[in-house]
Amino acid sequence: MATNASPPRPKRRLSWNDPGVRSFIYQVLILGIVGFIVWYLVSNTLHNLAVRNISTGFGFLDREAGFAIGESMIDYTPADTYGRAIWVGILNTLRVSVIGIICATVLGTLLGIARLSKNWLVSKVASAYIEVMRNIPLLLQLFFWYAVITEVAPGPRQALHPMAGVFISNRGLKLPSLAGDGMDWVMGGLLVAIIAIVLAGHWARKRQEATGRIFPLGRVAVGLIILCPVLAWLISGASLALDMPELKGFNFVGGITLSPEFAALLAGLVIYTSAFVAEVVRSGIMAVSQGQWEAAGSLGLKRSRVLRLVILPQALRVIVPPMTSQYLNLTKNSSLAVAIGYPDIVSVVNTTLNQTGQAIEGILIIMAAYLTVSLSISIFMNWYNKRIALVER
Amino acid sequence: MKFMKAAVIGVSLFALGGAAQAGETFDAVKKKGFVQCGVNTGLPGFSIADSKGVWSGIDIDICRGIAAMVFGDASKFKATPLTTQQRFTALQSGEIDVLTRNTTATMTRDTTLGLMSTGVNYYDSQGIMVNKNLGVKSATELGGAAVCVQPGTTTELNLADWFRTRNLDFKPVVINSPDEAMRSYVAGRCDAFTTDKSQLATMRSTLANPDDNVILPENFSKEPLGPMVRQGDDQWFTAVRWVLNTMLEAEEYGITSKNVDEMLKSPNPNIQRILGVTGEMGKGLGLDAKWGYNIIKQVGNYGESFERNIGQGSAMKLERGLNAQWQDGGLMYGWPVR
Repeated sequence: MATNASPPRPKRRLSWNDPGVRSFIYQVLILGIVGFIVWYLVSNTLHNLAVRNISTGFGFLDREAGFAIGESMIDYTPADTYGRAIWVGILNTLRVSVIGIICATVLGTLLGIARLSKNWLVSKVASAYIEVMRNIPLLLQLFFWYAVITEVAPGPRQALHPMAGVFISNRGLKLPSLAGDGMDWVMGGLLVAIIAIVLAGHWARKRQEATGRIFPLGRVAVGLIILCPVLAWLISGASLALDMPELKGFNFVGGITLSPEFAALLAGLVIYTSAFVAEVVRSGIMAVSQGQWEAAGSLGLKRSRVLRLVILPQALRVIVPPMTSQYLNLTKNSSLAVAIGYPDIVSVVNTTLNQTGQAIEGILIIMAAYLTVSLSISIFMNWYNKRIALVER
Repeated sequence: MKFMKAAVIGVSLFALGGAAQAGETFDAVKKKGFVQCGVNTGLPGFSIADSKGVWSGIDIDICRGIAAMVFGDASKFKATPLTTQQRFTALQSGEIDVLTRNTTATMTRDTTLGLMSTGVNYYDSQGIMVNKNLGVKSATELGGAAVCVQPGTTTELNLADWFRTRNLDFKPVVINSPDEAMRSYVAGRCDAFTTDKSQLATMRSTLANPDDNVILPENFSKEPLGPMVRQGDDQWFTAVRWVLNTMLEAEEYGITSKNVDEMLKSPNPNIQRILGVTGEMGKGLGLDAKWGYNIIKQVGNYGESFERNIGQGSAMKLERGLNAQWQDGGLMYGWPVR
């Protein structure tokens, strides 16, 4: 009796009837066609550009930009290069996107929970907000907020001055800032605090698993975040001074500024996106059945711990994937900044490609920048999604 | 979005056949029976469409002049409204035949964009407008000011250069739409608004209280505005260049749209050449002898076009200034038709 477990593999022949061969040929063909189209478009474009005497390449990035940018997170003057100007634009886009994502998540979560509230007024107000805000085009909202801020706020000479060092005018919100050698120490202290909190979290979980005792991590974390920077500054003995804004000539000098353009863009993005986030959160919470609440309650868990340990992990599985889309939307929508004068990447590249005339390169840079940011968000959210996904056994 | 349109035109460069070659524009224009001009989306006096969709302005008159010259009919043109960002790509890609859109001639545009300036139909300069109650008499007092500016033109560069060379600080607020930029200025978001002086005059005339705003005396730049064509068709370039020169020559010799028929009998040899009574000036352009007559009869001379659109016959009431004929102390100097 033959004991061969598997029958001998049939000899592979190059035949159209072999599905393996067929699919291989199809794939080679498709790849070839796509490759040819890409090659054709690129070479044709280069040829057209050459025929029309249009210069190409990214050499312009090293040339002096010559135009000024209204607000920047890094030092920038018109004497800097186009490359640096574009970098300023990218940072401005990231700034509004990151702050926008955080604010929209917080506001959206609160709204989503509010819409589920048993309080009639709260739930109706939340519903009305969501329905109104997500049904008005974002661009209109941006114009609206920008007009409100610039028309309602007084001029710099009549600026509102609620407390020392704070000015509100149509040039933006002016706040005092910290300056001096002590800043590095404060930042160092903050870093130490963050590392300590992460380590403490690990230790607390280990201990709880071993002994069942619960460590009040939240309160300790707050304490560390305040204590460490202050201690670091005291130990260093370095100077730390308040940089107070003051009216000089037409505008304020010193301190930090929240410009009307940034404020309007942030307000528009957060208010618009939070309406969508609220619906995502609501769907997530509603997806967890009532029985889970009751079962957890019957184990004697407090309501807050039921939410954190039982409901939220299950709700998050539903919430995270659509939330990723909302984050991506917010980031991409920030390109509407160009309409209200916030110098984001699109605005800066717009100017650049007009000065240099290199439209294709400029648009490639914008696409690459958004693609990089969007893919980063996607990768992070996918990683997070995997982490919280229900482990099926 | 305007920007997206620019992107689409830019991308259309990918797809175009690699065929467009020297000498083709003129032939293509004659074949399709009309000239396609890139114009401003709406700048009173330069190019703007009225409620019936009829275009007018000094830039439009150049476009009409080209149509009159090539087809003997000034109405055989089509206007493509373009933003500052779209205009060069539209010309480069062949979407339009000529750009008559208050565009500044610069070396970069002639050398790296594959374009050619054919002449200057308006000598402008960049200026700055402020509200009277700031009490500012000169732009040198504007240190630290917030300035509203539109993107995508030489304006941003001139502004930065001017303040930079004087070691003055300023904050640009770059807003895409002209209306929104103007609204921000009126609302006081900016201390000043900057663009070409002709545009400042136009925009000021549309404000609720024009007299509350002053245009400061400084000139930030030279802005020779004129038509542009793409490189590669010298015959087309020549035709566009001579439309303007003919209109200037006509003004110099006193030929107007009203008296052009009587002028046909003029004994002045210059006038005879311009109107095609003697000489074969049109032949070199590949056109009939009536080309000059058609431009002047249907569009008018440069002075008529100026007064009708931006001068005393218009709402803007701009002075001729630099744009006067050279005998009157201006820079307008038509090359001789001979």
